[in-house]
Amino acid sequence: MGKNNKTFLFLLAILILIFPWAVRNNYFLMVLNVAALNFIVVIGLNLLMGYAGQISLGQGAFFGLGAYLTAIFTVTLGLPLWPAMGLSLLITALVAYIIGVPTLKLEGHYLVMATLGFNVITYILSIQLEPVTGGPSGFAGIPRLQIGGLILDSDKKMYFLLWAVSLLVFILSLNLIHSRVGRALAALSHNEIVAKCAGIPTENYKIKIFVFSAFLASLAGALYAHYFTFISPGTFSFFYSIQVVTMVLVGGIGSLWGSLCGAILLTVLPELLHPVKEYNVLIYGLILMLILVFFPRGLLPVLVGTLWGKKA
Amino acid sequence: MRFGGLEALQELSLNFQPQKIAAIIGPNGAGKTTLLNAISGIYPADEGEIYFLGQPISQLSPHQIAQLGINRTFQQVQLFTNLNVLENVMVGLHPRTKSGFLSGLFHLPREREEEHWIRKQAQEALEFFGLLTKADWPATSLSMAEQKKVEMARALANEPKLLMLDEPVAGLNLREMEAMAAMLLKLKEKGQTIVLVEHNMDLVMSIADWVIVLNHGTKIAEGVPAEVQRNERVIAAYLGSG
Amino acid sequence: MTFTAQFLQFLISGLTTGSTYSLIAIGFSLIHNATGIVNFAQGEFVMLGGMFMITFYTFSHLPMIVSFILTLISVAAVGFLLEYGPIRRAKSKDILILVMITVGASITIKGLSMIIWGKNPLNLPPFSGEDPFLFWGAAVMPQSLWIFGLTLGMVFTLHYFLKNTMVGKAMRAVAASRRSALLTGIPVNRMILLSFTISGALGAAAGIMLTPITTTSYDVGAMLGLKGFSAAILGGYGSMPGAVWGGLLLGVFESLSAGFISSEYKDVVAFLILLIILFFKPSGLLGQGKIKRV
Repeated sequence: MGKNNKTFLFLLAILILIFPWAVRNNYFLMVLNVAALNFIVVIGLNLLMGYAGQISLGQGAFFGLGAYLTAIFTVTLGLPLWPAMGLSLLITALVAYIIGVPTLKLEGHYLVMATLGFNVITYILSIQLEPVTGGPSGFAGIPRLQIGGLILDSDKKMYFLLWAVSLLVFILSLNLIHSRVGRALAALSHNEIVAKCAGIPTENYKIKIFVFSAFLASLAGALYAHYFTFISPGTFSFFYSIQVVTMVLVGGIGSLWGSLCGAILLTVLPELLHPVKEYNVLIYGLILMLILVFFPRGLLPVLVGTLWGKKA
Repeated sequence: MRFGGLEALQELSLNFQPQKIAAIIGPNGAGKTTLLNAISGIYPADEGEIYFLGQPISQLSPHQIAQLGINRTFQQVQLFTNLNVLENVMVGLHPRTKSGFLSGLFHLPREREEEHWIRKQAQEALEFFGLLTKADWPATSLSMAEQKKVEMARALANEPKLLMLDEPVAGLNLREMEAMAAMLLKLKEKGQTIVLVEHNMDLVMSIADWVIVLNHGTKIAEGVPAEVQRNERVIAAYLGSG
Repeated sequence: MTFTAQFLQFLISGLTTGSTYSLIAIGFSLIHNATGIVNFAQGEFVMLGGMFMITFYTFSHLPMIVSFILTLISVAAVGFLLEYGPIRRAKSKDILILVMITVGASITIKGLSMIIWGKNPLNLPPFSGEDPFLFWGAAVMPQSLWIFGLTLGMVFTLHYFLKNTMVGKAMRAVAASRRSALLTGIPVNRMILLSFTISGALGAAAGIMLTPITTTSYDVGAMLGLKGFSAAILGGYGSMPGAVWGGLLLGVFESLSAGFISSEYKDVVAFLILLIILFFKPSGLLGQGKIKRV
């Protein structure tokens, strides 16, 4: 993984540990918790975009699927917590596989469309299948996470769990990037046909990374559900899918450290924009366009120089 | 092989001898690159079959064909510009290795060992081409001749049974071309089977054991270089009346 | 009402909305053929069509025809600005980046509309009155006839333009091969600009005709755009007749399932069709099967 990464990871871990003692405000902790969840989703999406060269506009659907499935399994079906979560993640991964197999054979924008369509469908279903999902009024009463006898019922406790999980996902993903598979993915994202001729099973890898990104999104969704104990159809929103794509782009496609910054920045920004909520949508659109037009490689790479190139 | 209404390759019957250098020549548009693309699996054959070591390969995908031991370079150098020189060659080792997603994610010991091995093999390949000192350089910062060598190193890393080169000396100056010719002969000595598509007659005449001439998608002659050079149909084809 | 009458009713209403989907789909195809981009803002063009029409006709009390023309011009201008601005100035020519720029544009337009026109649904009166007349037992709104007529007119005009005028042929040349078009001296950039502008006008027309039936609000763009895209894919992406058939078929499927199955899920129909086509025949019903397999 490289010495640089390890050093910075260590520093990051320390920062994460110190933060709650330095800042004793629960609201900030909650915002950072959401940022951690977004970070997990963004990592998956960045691997898909930066290393498989594909864009998904359906992470919101996978996020929501993770959330709703675990809610249904634990509350409606009374399954124990961790197996329920595990099952939700597996099912979501399977769904992603089914979508990915036919669409990843085609040009990039077919996946964009398929994931978008899928997102819309799941959103509508979450509203219409009221007996199962609770409909527009949402699904309440989701149990909190429990490790052994310890119930994670405060922002602070969840902070440590969520950041531990996201750090773990970060490390694993960095490992992947620096491995044989990561190299193959980088090659295929650059030139798929040449990668194939070199012996890389590109279709297989694209599907795997797509499923992985869906898996991560659903992991975040499930954690979200057990954190806030209440979810609503908005959890599936197409706008969330756009938000996470924006986070990837702001941080720089292919740069996982950039994704960390993108996730934190764009989670905090809407909170700051709260007083001018009517402008929220407009500002998001303008930011997205601005970045794409002038900084297609991401804001962070430009700001920090070539230090944070594809190697991160 | 048909593209739309145009038959790019028709009724070709070719045999490549192992451990020899075969050259495919012909005027522009004769179908030479199309032939390589068909063998690589980039274009599925419309009719007929391609056999490699007794196995039909025309319906296989390019990566399966690479795994069977056919590797190639391209008419315009196709390096992965987002990777450095060493990494480009390391990619070539992909079919000979196995670590998958899970071992990559968890950085398992088996994966670590394999990475180590891949790196060493790639370094040795670069050394053969005299490029080890530039291993960490971005792929695009090398000269054309050097980039072609890296592309070849990438193909050779897989220890292919058949190496196909598409215009390996295009764009090189005289000295670089002579170096490339010497390199190809050295490879042949080591037992490598090579098929090359070329326009440069000097190269072809000096190193090829066997020459195949294509025109308008069919074979119009084949034989040792000296014979082919004298063949009337070949001369006519190049002059434009064939 | 007898079954046939009911069926006919749904069929006609399906063909009505379907015609507007066709116009949206043609807009997608025009831009895709010229540039390879999927224009996510296409749906917003439709929304703007309704909004501008309301502004000119209902708020400013301009005569209907004048409002219609002004609206087409206004939204065509938006299309123009989209290409002339963000798309052309974009530092990266990567298709996916450009597609995401159109996504950003659609969000921006939506955000602006929310501020300018508010969040509430707005309405337009039908062109010539509300009294339906009976057609074999089915109630047909005069608006439907307007829609059929106008759509037909536009499709034929566009067809004539593309086939028989110099500019139209130039556009088709760009669509066939950008490089060759450049080499023969065709101002490719201008043709691309034109494709965006015309798509804007087409979207606007669809929006104007649709609003009296379905009302409009700042957020209808996304759904309509997606349905138009669905229709384009259904008929064979990039093909003009495909876009028309795709739109009509989609409208009919939607209407029939809303009528006979359930109206809550009618939007799901559009996307389900999209997914099914993408899975089984990505080149569409009328497509040539030339989808690039990577």
